[in-house]
Amino acid sequence: MSEHELRVSKIRNGTVIDHVSGGQSLNVLAILGIDGTEGSVLSIAMNVPSGRLGRKDILKIEGRELNQDEVDVLSLIAPEATINIIRDFEVVEKSRVERPHRVRGILSCPNHNCITQSGEPVRSDFEVLDDGVRCLYCGTIVREHLAQHLLE
Amino acid sequence: MERKHLLTTKELTRSEIEAVLDRAAEIEAEGLHGASRDFLLGLMFFEPSTRTRLSFEAAAKRLGGDVVDLGALEASSVEKGETLADSVRVLEGYADALVLRHPREGAARMATEFIDIPLINGGDGAGHHPSQTLLDLYTIRKHVGLDGLSIGILGDLKYGRTVHSLAAALTNFDVTQHFISPESLRLPRDVRFDLHETGASVKEHTEMDDVIPLLDVLYVTRIQRERFPDENEYRAVAGEYSIDASTLEAAKDDLIVLHPLPRVDEIDPAIDDSPRAKYFEQSHNGVPVRMALLDLLLGGEDR
Repeated sequence: MSEHELRVSKIRNGTVIDHVSGGQSLNVLAILGIDGTEGSVLSIAMNVPSGRLGRKDILKIEGRELNQDEVDVLSLIAPEATINIIRDFEVVEKSRVERPHRVRGILSCPNHNCITQSGEPVRSDFEVLDDGVRCLYCGTIVREHLAQHLLE
Repeated sequence: MERKHLLTTKELTRSEIEAVLDRAAEIEAEGLHGASRDFLLGLMFFEPSTRTRLSFEAAAKRLGGDVVDLGALEASSVEKGETLADSVRVLEGYADALVLRHPREGAARMATEFIDIPLINGGDGAGHHPSQTLLDLYTIRKHVGLDGLSIGILGDLKYGRTVHSLAAALTNFDVTQHFISPESLRLPRDVRFDLHETGASVKEHTEMDDVIPLLDVLYVTRIQRERFPDENEYRAVAGEYSIDASTLEAAKDDLIVLHPLPRVDEIDPAIDDSPRAKYFEQSHNGVPVRMALLDLLLGGEDR
Protein backbone atom coordinates (compact mmCIF):
# COMPACT_ATOMS: atom_id res chain seq x y z
CA MET A 1 0.00 0.00 0.00
CA SER A 2 1.50 3.33 -0.99
CA GLU A 3 1.74 6.31 1.31
CA HIS A 4 -0.98 8.05 -0.69
CA GLU A 5 -3.56 5.55 0.43
CA LEU A 6 -5.50 5.57 3.61
CA ARG A 7 -4.54 3.01 6.21
CA VAL A 8 -7.30 1.96 8.56
CA SER A 9 -6.24 0.46 11.85
CA LYS A 10 -6.77 -3.23 12.48
CA ILE A 11 -9.48 -4.38 14.80
CA ARG A 12 -8.88 -6.75 17.73
CA ASN A 13 -12.17 -8.67 17.77
CA GLY A 14 -15.01 -8.37 15.34
CA THR A 15 -15.81 -8.59 11.65
CA VAL A 16 -14.29 -7.19 8.50
CA ILE A 17 -16.66 -7.12 5.57
CA ASP A 18 -14.80 -6.66 2.31
CA HIS A 19 -15.89 -6.48 -1.32
CA VAL A 20 -19.18 -4.79 -0.53
CA SER A 21 -20.65 -3.30 -3.72
CA GLY A 22 -19.50 0.32 -3.92
CA GLY A 23 -21.78 2.66 -2.01
CA GLN A 24 -23.70 -0.03 -0.12
CA SER A 25 -21.92 0.13 3.22
CA LEU A 26 -24.48 2.39 4.90
CA ASN A 27 -27.17 -0.13 3.95
CA VAL A 28 -25.00 -2.89 5.37
CA LEU A 29 -24.87 -0.98 8.64
CA ALA A 30 -28.64 -0.58 8.54
CA ILE A 31 -29.00 -4.33 8.10
CA LEU A 32 -26.76 -4.93 11.07
CA GLY A 33 -28.61 -2.31 13.09
CA ILE A 34 -25.44 -0.31 13.68
CA ASP A 35 -25.84 3.46 13.80
CA GLY A 36 -22.59 4.45 15.52
CA THR A 37 -24.12 5.18 18.93
CA GLU A 38 -22.94 1.79 20.20
CA GLY A 39 -19.56 3.34 21.00
CA SER A 40 -17.46 0.61 19.41
CA VAL A 41 -14.81 1.28 16.80
CA LEU A 42 -16.18 1.26 13.29
CA SER A 43 -14.25 2.03 10.11
CA ILE A 44 -15.82 2.40 6.74
CA ALA A 45 -14.09 2.92 3.44
CA MET A 46 -16.40 3.68 0.54
CA ASN A 47 -15.84 3.48 -3.20
CA VAL A 48 -12.29 2.18 -2.94
CA PRO A 49 -10.86 1.12 -6.33
CA SER A 50 -11.17 -2.64 -6.70
CA GLY A 51 -9.99 -4.97 -9.44
CA ARG A 52 -12.99 -7.26 -9.16
CA LEU A 53 -15.82 -4.82 -8.47
CA GLY A 54 -14.60 -1.57 -9.99
CA ARG A 55 -15.18 0.10 -6.66
CA LYS A 56 -15.96 -1.43 -3.34
CA ASP A 57 -16.73 -0.61 0.26
CA ILE A 58 -14.98 -2.10 3.27
CA LEU A 59 -16.35 -2.18 6.81
CA LYS A 60 -14.44 -3.02 9.98
CA ILE A 61 -16.67 -3.55 12.93
CA GLU A 62 -15.14 -3.96 16.36
CA GLY A 63 -16.80 -6.25 18.87
CA ARG A 64 -19.39 -7.83 16.60
CA GLU A 65 -19.41 -11.24 14.88
CA LEU A 66 -22.10 -11.68 12.24
CA ASN A 67 -24.56 -14.54 12.49
CA GLN A 68 -25.95 -16.52 9.57
CA ASP A 69 -29.21 -14.57 9.31
CA GLU A 70 -27.28 -11.34 9.04
CA VAL A 71 -24.99 -12.80 6.41
CA ASP A 72 -28.03 -14.02 4.42
CA VAL A 73 -29.54 -10.57 4.19
CA LEU A 74 -26.17 -9.00 3.56
CA SER A 75 -25.87 -11.23 0.51
CA LEU A 76 -28.95 -9.62 -1.00
CA ILE A 77 -27.36 -6.18 -1.24
CA ALA A 78 -23.70 -7.19 -1.34
CA PRO A 79 -23.54 -10.51 -3.19
CA GLU A 80 -19.75 -10.39 -3.63
CA ALA A 81 -18.95 -9.62 -0.01
CA THR A 82 -16.36 -11.54 1.96
CA ILE A 83 -16.68 -11.91 5.70
CA ASN A 84 -13.61 -12.09 7.92
CA ILE A 85 -14.14 -12.92 11.56
CA ILE A 86 -11.31 -11.47 13.64
CA ARG A 87 -10.25 -12.65 17.09
CA ASP A 88 -7.23 -11.15 18.77
CA PHE A 89 -6.14 -9.44 15.52
CA GLU A 90 -6.14 -12.75 13.60
CA VAL A 91 -8.54 -13.82 10.87
CA VAL A 92 -10.08 -16.97 12.34
CA GLU A 93 -12.71 -17.45 9.69
CA LYS A 94 -12.99 -16.16 6.15
CA SER A 95 -16.01 -16.77 3.96
CA ARG A 96 -17.86 -15.50 0.92
CA VAL A 97 -21.52 -14.75 1.38
CA GLU A 98 -23.84 -17.15 -0.36
CA ARG A 99 -27.08 -16.00 -1.79
CA PRO A 100 -29.79 -18.01 -0.05
CA HIS A 101 -32.84 -19.31 -1.89
CA ARG A 102 -35.10 -18.15 0.91
CA VAL A 103 -34.89 -15.69 3.78
CA ARG A 104 -37.20 -16.39 6.69
CA GLY A 105 -38.07 -14.11 9.57
CA ILE A 106 -35.67 -11.36 8.51
CA LEU A 107 -37.54 -9.02 6.20
CA SER A 108 -41.04 -7.72 6.74
CA CYS A 109 -43.46 -7.65 3.83
CA PRO A 110 -44.12 -4.11 2.58
CA ASN A 111 -47.68 -5.08 1.63
CA HIS A 112 -49.69 -3.92 4.65
CA ASN A 113 -52.52 -6.21 3.62
CA CYS A 114 -50.32 -9.33 3.67
CA ILE A 115 -51.34 -11.97 6.19
CA THR A 116 -47.84 -11.80 7.72
CA GLN A 117 -48.60 -8.17 8.72
CA SER A 118 -51.67 -8.94 10.82
CA GLY A 119 -50.49 -10.35 14.12
CA GLU A 120 -50.75 -14.00 13.08
CA PRO A 121 -48.21 -16.42 14.56
CA VAL A 122 -46.22 -16.69 11.36
CA ARG A 123 -42.70 -15.76 10.26
CA SER A 124 -42.12 -13.77 7.10
CA ASP A 125 -40.82 -15.90 4.26
CA PHE A 126 -39.24 -14.56 1.08
CA GLU A 127 -38.02 -16.30 -2.03
CA VAL A 128 -34.83 -14.76 -3.41
CA LEU A 129 -35.11 -13.71 -7.06
CA ASP A 130 -32.29 -12.66 -9.37
CA ASP A 131 -32.92 -9.01 -8.63
CA GLY A 132 -34.99 -8.87 -5.48
CA VAL A 133 -37.11 -10.91 -3.13
CA ARG A 134 -40.69 -12.11 -3.18
CA CYS A 135 -43.07 -12.72 -0.30
CA LEU A 136 -44.11 -16.37 -0.39
CA TYR A 137 -47.45 -15.51 1.23
CA CYS A 138 -48.84 -12.61 -0.78
CA GLY A 139 -46.48 -12.67 -3.79
CA THR A 140 -45.31 -9.07 -3.41
CA ILE A 141 -41.97 -8.46 -5.12
CA VAL A 142 -39.44 -6.12 -3.50
CA ARG A 143 -36.53 -4.91 -5.59
CA GLU A 144 -35.53 -1.60 -4.04
CA HIS A 145 -34.46 -0.53 -0.56
CA LEU A 146 -34.38 -3.99 1.01
CA ALA A 147 -32.68 -2.59 4.08
CA GLN A 148 -35.83 -0.60 4.87
CA HIS A 149 -37.80 -3.80 5.23
CA LEU A 150 -35.69 -5.44 7.90
CA LEU A 151 -37.64 -6.77 10.85
CA GLU A 152 -36.65 -5.22 14.14
CA MET B 1 -55.94 -35.05 -7.85
CA GLU B 2 -52.51 -35.31 -6.30
CA ARG B 3 -52.62 -31.99 -4.53
CA LYS B 4 -54.11 -31.47 -1.13
CA HIS B 5 -55.01 -27.79 -1.26
CA LEU B 6 -56.04 -25.32 -3.91
CA LEU B 7 -54.40 -21.99 -3.11
CA THR B 8 -53.68 -20.33 -6.44
CA THR B 9 -54.01 -21.23 -10.10
CA LYS B 10 -50.27 -20.69 -10.57
CA GLU B 11 -49.59 -24.16 -9.22
CA LEU B 12 -52.11 -25.89 -11.52
CA THR B 13 -51.01 -27.75 -14.62
CA ARG B 14 -53.05 -27.96 -17.75
CA SER B 15 -53.88 -31.61 -17.11
CA GLU B 16 -55.06 -30.87 -13.56
CA ILE B 17 -57.31 -28.09 -14.84
CA GLU B 18 -58.69 -30.37 -17.54
CA ALA B 19 -59.32 -33.13 -15.00
CA VAL B 20 -61.53 -30.78 -12.98
CA LEU B 21 -63.36 -29.47 -16.06
CA ASP B 22 -63.90 -33.01 -17.40
CA ARG B 23 -65.25 -34.18 -14.05
CA ALA B 24 -67.53 -31.12 -13.91
CA ALA B 25 -68.87 -31.95 -17.37
CA GLU B 26 -69.63 -35.52 -16.24
CA ILE B 27 -71.39 -34.25 -13.14
CA GLU B 28 -73.41 -31.77 -15.14
CA ALA B 29 -74.35 -34.48 -17.64
CA GLU B 30 -75.55 -36.63 -14.75
CA GLY B 31 -77.84 -33.83 -13.60
CA LEU B 32 -75.60 -32.69 -10.73
CA HIS B 33 -75.86 -36.05 -9.00
CA GLY B 34 -72.47 -37.35 -10.04
CA ALA B 35 -71.21 -38.68 -6.75
CA SER B 36 -72.28 -39.83 -3.37
CA ARG B 37 -69.78 -38.84 -0.80
CA ASP B 38 -70.19 -38.46 2.93
CA PHE B 39 -68.27 -35.43 4.13
CA LEU B 40 -68.54 -32.19 6.02
CA LEU B 41 -67.19 -29.00 4.45
CA GLY B 42 -66.19 -26.13 6.74
CA LEU B 43 -67.04 -22.69 5.37
CA MET B 44 -64.94 -19.86 6.76
CA PHE B 45 -65.85 -16.54 5.18
CA PHE B 46 -64.21 -13.58 6.85
CA GLU B 47 -65.49 -11.30 4.11
CA PRO B 48 -68.98 -10.89 2.71
CA SER B 49 -69.79 -13.43 0.03
CA THR B 50 -73.01 -14.69 -1.42
CA ARG B 51 -72.35 -16.73 -4.52
CA THR B 52 -69.07 -18.35 -3.62
CA ARG B 53 -70.37 -19.43 -0.22
CA LEU B 54 -73.75 -20.55 -1.53
CA SER B 55 -72.33 -22.41 -4.52
CA PHE B 56 -69.87 -24.29 -2.32
CA GLU B 57 -72.76 -25.12 -0.02
CA ALA B 58 -74.90 -26.28 -2.93
CA ALA B 59 -71.99 -28.27 -4.34
CA ALA B 60 -71.27 -29.99 -1.03
CA LYS B 61 -74.92 -30.93 -0.50
CA ARG B 62 -75.42 -32.18 -4.05
CA LEU B 63 -72.35 -34.37 -3.66
CA GLY B 64 -73.93 -35.98 -0.62
CA GLY B 65 -72.04 -33.99 1.97
CA ASP B 66 -73.00 -31.13 4.24
CA VAL B 67 -71.50 -27.89 5.52
CA VAL B 68 -70.66 -26.27 8.81
CA ASP B 69 -70.50 -22.52 8.50
CA LEU B 70 -68.34 -20.38 10.75
CA GLY B 71 -71.09 -17.83 10.27
CA ALA B 72 -71.19 -14.12 9.83
CA LEU B 73 -68.09 -12.20 10.71
CA GLU B 74 -69.77 -10.22 13.47
CA ALA B 75 -70.96 -13.31 15.29
CA SER B 76 -67.68 -15.15 15.14
CA SER B 77 -64.72 -15.20 17.43
CA VAL B 78 -62.76 -13.02 15.02
CA GLU B 79 -64.41 -10.04 16.63
CA LYS B 80 -63.00 -11.21 19.92
CA GLY B 81 -59.51 -11.07 18.46
CA GLU B 82 -58.87 -14.73 17.67
CA THR B 83 -56.14 -15.28 15.09
CA LEU B 84 -56.88 -17.02 11.81
CA ALA B 85 -54.30 -19.63 12.80
CA ASP B 86 -56.45 -20.54 15.81
CA SER B 87 -59.74 -20.39 13.92
CA VAL B 88 -58.64 -22.87 11.25
CA ARG B 89 -57.26 -25.27 13.83
CA VAL B 90 -60.59 -25.27 15.63
CA LEU B 91 -62.63 -25.77 12.44
CA GLU B 92 -60.26 -28.55 11.37
CA GLY B 93 -61.70 -30.60 14.18
CA TYR B 94 -65.25 -30.17 12.86
CA ALA B 95 -64.84 -30.69 9.11
CA ASP B 96 -63.18 -32.83 6.42
CA ALA B 97 -62.13 -29.89 4.25
CA LEU B 98 -62.26 -26.09 4.47
CA VAL B 99 -63.08 -23.21 2.18
CA LEU B 100 -61.51 -19.96 3.35
CA ARG B 101 -62.22 -16.44 2.25
CA HIS B 102 -60.20 -13.75 3.98
CA PRO B 103 -59.52 -10.06 3.37
CA ARG B 104 -55.74 -10.46 3.48
CA GLU B 105 -53.42 -11.74 0.76
CA GLY B 106 -51.67 -14.97 1.67
CA ALA B 107 -54.26 -15.99 4.27
CA ALA B 108 -55.03 -19.31 2.61
CA ARG B 109 -51.42 -20.30 2.29
CA MET B 110 -50.77 -19.46 5.92
CA ALA B 111 -53.84 -21.40 7.04
CA THR B 112 -52.53 -24.58 5.41
CA GLU B 113 -49.49 -24.44 7.67
CA PHE B 114 -51.71 -25.07 10.67
CA ILE B 115 -53.98 -27.85 9.43
CA ASP B 116 -53.85 -31.32 7.86
CA ILE B 117 -57.14 -31.32 5.94
CA PRO B 118 -57.63 -29.97 2.39
CA LEU B 119 -58.21 -26.23 2.05
CA ILE B 120 -59.61 -24.31 -0.89
CA ASN B 121 -58.77 -20.63 -1.18
CA GLY B 122 -62.15 -18.95 -1.63
CA GLY B 123 -60.47 -15.58 -2.18
CA ASP B 124 -57.62 -13.92 -0.28
CA GLY B 125 -57.70 -10.12 -0.41
CA ALA B 126 -56.47 -8.91 -3.78
CA GLY B 127 -54.63 -12.21 -4.23
CA HIS B 128 -56.27 -15.23 -5.80
CA HIS B 129 -59.62 -16.93 -6.28
CA PRO B 130 -58.84 -20.23 -8.01
CA SER B 131 -62.24 -21.94 -7.85
CA GLN B 132 -63.76 -18.95 -9.65
CA THR B 133 -61.16 -19.40 -12.38
CA LEU B 134 -62.08 -23.06 -12.83
CA LEU B 135 -65.70 -22.14 -13.45
CA ASP B 136 -64.59 -19.31 -15.76
CA LEU B 137 -62.51 -21.81 -17.77
CA TYR B 138 -65.34 -24.32 -17.78
CA THR B 139 -67.65 -21.71 -19.29
CA ILE B 140 -65.08 -20.58 -21.84
CA ARG B 141 -64.26 -24.14 -22.89
CA LYS B 142 -67.89 -24.96 -23.36
CA HIS B 143 -68.47 -22.12 -25.83
CA VAL B 144 -65.21 -21.41 -27.62
CA GLY B 145 -62.69 -24.03 -26.48
CA LEU B 146 -59.47 -23.16 -24.66
CA ASP B 147 -56.86 -22.85 -27.41
CA GLY B 148 -56.22 -20.43 -30.23
CA LEU B 149 -58.09 -17.68 -28.40
CA SER B 150 -57.81 -13.98 -27.73
CA ILE B 151 -59.25 -13.10 -24.35
CA GLY B 152 -59.81 -9.54 -23.16
CA ILE B 153 -59.85 -8.89 -19.43
CA LEU B 154 -61.36 -5.54 -18.51
CA GLY B 155 -61.72 -3.43 -15.40
CA ASP B 156 -59.97 -3.54 -12.05
CA LEU B 157 -56.90 -5.58 -12.87
CA LYS B 158 -54.94 -4.34 -9.88
CA TYR B 159 -57.14 -5.53 -7.05
CA GLY B 160 -59.21 -8.10 -8.95
CA ARG B 161 -58.32 -11.51 -7.58
CA THR B 162 -60.47 -13.25 -10.18
CA VAL B 163 -58.32 -11.51 -12.80
CA HIS B 164 -55.04 -12.61 -11.19
CA SER B 165 -56.18 -16.22 -11.00
CA LEU B 166 -57.60 -16.30 -14.52
CA ALA B 167 -54.47 -14.72 -16.02
CA ALA B 168 -52.20 -17.29 -14.39
CA ALA B 169 -54.39 -20.23 -15.42
CA LEU B 170 -54.63 -19.08 -19.04
CA THR B 171 -50.85 -19.36 -19.42
CA ASN B 172 -51.44 -23.13 -19.67
CA PHE B 173 -53.34 -22.64 -22.91
CA ASP B 174 -52.73 -21.15 -26.33
CA VAL B 175 -54.31 -17.82 -25.47
CA THR B 176 -53.36 -14.21 -26.11
CA GLN B 177 -54.41 -12.12 -23.12
CA HIS B 178 -55.41 -8.49 -23.60
CA PHE B 179 -55.57 -6.52 -20.36
CA ILE B 180 -57.66 -3.38 -20.55
CA SER B 181 -57.76 -0.95 -17.63
CA PRO B 182 -57.07 2.60 -16.58
CA GLU B 183 -53.38 3.14 -15.85
CA SER B 184 -54.04 3.29 -12.11
CA LEU B 185 -55.64 -0.17 -12.10
CA ARG B 186 -53.25 -2.08 -14.32
CA LEU B 187 -51.98 -5.53 -13.36
CA PRO B 188 -49.74 -5.52 -10.28
CA ARG B 189 -46.03 -6.11 -10.65
CA ASP B 190 -46.03 -9.64 -9.29
CA VAL B 191 -48.74 -10.81 -11.69
CA ARG B 192 -46.93 -9.26 -14.65
CA PHE B 193 -43.72 -10.90 -13.43
CA ASP B 194 -45.36 -14.34 -13.38
CA LEU B 195 -46.91 -13.88 -16.80
CA HIS B 196 -43.54 -12.81 -18.18
CA GLU B 197 -41.81 -15.82 -16.58
CA THR B 198 -44.19 -18.24 -18.27
CA GLY B 199 -43.63 -16.59 -21.65
CA ALA B 200 -47.35 -15.88 -21.97
CA SER B 201 -48.64 -13.77 -24.83
CA VAL B 202 -49.82 -10.62 -23.07
CA LYS B 203 -50.78 -7.13 -24.18
CA GLU B 204 -51.83 -4.20 -22.03
CA HIS B 205 -54.22 -1.47 -23.17
CA THR B 206 -55.84 1.59 -21.68
CA GLU B 207 -58.59 1.78 -24.32
CA MET B 208 -60.84 -0.99 -25.48
CA ASP B 209 -62.04 0.19 -28.88
CA ASP B 210 -59.15 -1.25 -30.88
CA VAL B 211 -59.12 -4.48 -28.89
CA ILE B 212 -62.79 -5.50 -29.01
CA PRO B 213 -62.73 -6.75 -32.66
CA LEU B 214 -59.84 -9.13 -31.83
CA LEU B 215 -61.55 -10.95 -28.99
CA ASP B 216 -63.23 -14.33 -28.59
CA VAL B 217 -63.97 -13.73 -24.91
CA LEU B 218 -64.46 -10.47 -23.00
CA TYR B 219 -64.12 -10.89 -19.24
CA VAL B 220 -65.53 -7.83 -17.48
CA THR B 221 -64.84 -6.97 -13.84
CA ARG B 222 -66.20 -4.32 -11.55
CA ILE B 223 -64.30 -1.14 -10.82
CA GLN B 224 -64.98 -0.28 -7.22
CA ARG B 225 -65.79 3.17 -5.97
CA GLU B 226 -63.33 2.94 -3.08
CA ARG B 227 -60.35 2.62 -5.45
CA PHE B 228 -60.70 6.28 -6.38
CA PRO B 229 -60.07 9.41 -4.32
CA ASP B 230 -63.11 11.26 -5.60
CA GLU B 231 -66.53 10.51 -7.00
CA ASN B 232 -66.06 12.35 -10.30
CA GLU B 233 -62.91 10.49 -11.21
CA TYR B 234 -64.60 7.21 -10.38
CA ARG B 235 -67.64 8.02 -12.53
CA ALA B 236 -65.50 9.02 -15.48
CA VAL B 237 -63.42 5.85 -15.32
CA ALA B 238 -66.34 3.53 -14.61
CA GLY B 239 -68.19 4.97 -17.61
CA GLU B 240 -65.23 4.51 -19.91
CA TYR B 241 -64.76 0.86 -18.99
CA SER B 242 -68.36 -0.29 -19.20
CA ILE B 243 -70.03 -2.37 -21.88
CA ASP B 244 -73.20 -1.75 -23.84
CA ALA B 245 -74.55 -2.81 -27.22
CA SER B 246 -72.63 -0.12 -29.09
CA THR B 247 -69.33 -1.20 -27.49
CA LEU B 248 -69.84 -4.66 -28.93
CA GLU B 249 -70.87 -3.62 -32.44
CA ALA B 250 -67.36 -4.18 -33.79
CA ALA B 251 -66.95 -7.53 -32.03
CA LYS B 252 -66.75 -10.94 -33.66
CA ASP B 253 -70.10 -12.68 -34.04
CA ASP B 254 -69.27 -15.39 -31.53
CA LEU B 255 -67.65 -13.20 -28.87
CA ILE B 256 -68.89 -14.18 -25.41
CA VAL B 257 -69.08 -11.83 -22.43
CA LEU B 258 -68.27 -13.11 -18.94
CA HIS B 259 -68.34 -11.44 -15.53
CA PRO B 260 -67.61 -13.00 -12.12
CA LEU B 261 -70.58 -11.04 -10.66
CA PRO B 262 -71.88 -9.14 -8.82
CA ARG B 263 -72.31 -6.61 -11.58
CA VAL B 264 -73.18 -3.02 -10.84
CA ASP B 265 -73.35 -0.94 -14.01
CA GLU B 266 -70.32 -2.11 -15.97
CA ILE B 267 -72.52 -4.24 -18.26
CA ASP B 268 -75.71 -2.70 -19.61
CA PRO B 269 -78.61 -5.03 -18.66
CA ALA B 270 -79.85 -4.61 -22.25
CA ILE B 271 -77.11 -7.09 -23.23
CA ASP B 272 -78.41 -9.77 -20.86
CA ASP B 273 -80.70 -11.25 -23.49
CA SER B 274 -78.00 -11.34 -26.16
CA PRO B 275 -76.53 -14.76 -26.97
CA ARG B 276 -73.15 -13.22 -26.08
CA ALA B 277 -74.08 -12.81 -22.42
CA LYS B 278 -72.85 -15.89 -20.56
CA TYR B 279 -72.40 -14.46 -17.06
CA PHE B 280 -75.44 -16.03 -15.48
CA GLU B 281 -74.60 -19.40 -16.97
CA GLN B 282 -71.05 -18.84 -15.73
CA SER B 283 -72.40 -18.28 -12.24
CA HIS B 284 -74.51 -21.46 -12.43
CA ASN B 285 -71.43 -23.40 -13.51
CA GLY B 286 -70.02 -22.74 -10.06
CA VAL B 287 -71.97 -25.71 -8.75
CA PRO B 288 -70.77 -28.53 -11.06
CA VAL B 289 -67.24 -27.15 -11.07
CA ARG B 290 -67.08 -26.90 -7.28
CA MET B 291 -68.62 -30.36 -7.02
CA ALA B 292 -65.85 -31.67 -9.28
CA LEU B 293 -63.20 -29.83 -7.31
CA LEU B 294 -64.43 -31.16 -3.96
CA ASP B 295 -64.80 -34.65 -5.38
CA LEU B 296 -61.23 -34.68 -6.70
CA LEU B 297 -59.67 -33.04 -3.65
CA LEU B 298 -61.47 -35.43 -1.34
CA GLY B 299 -60.21 -38.50 -3.14
CA GLY B 300 -61.38 -38.76 -6.73
CA GLU B 301 -62.22 -42.29 -7.77
CA ASP B 302 -61.60 -44.04 -4.48
CA ARG B 303 -65.03 -43.53 -2.99
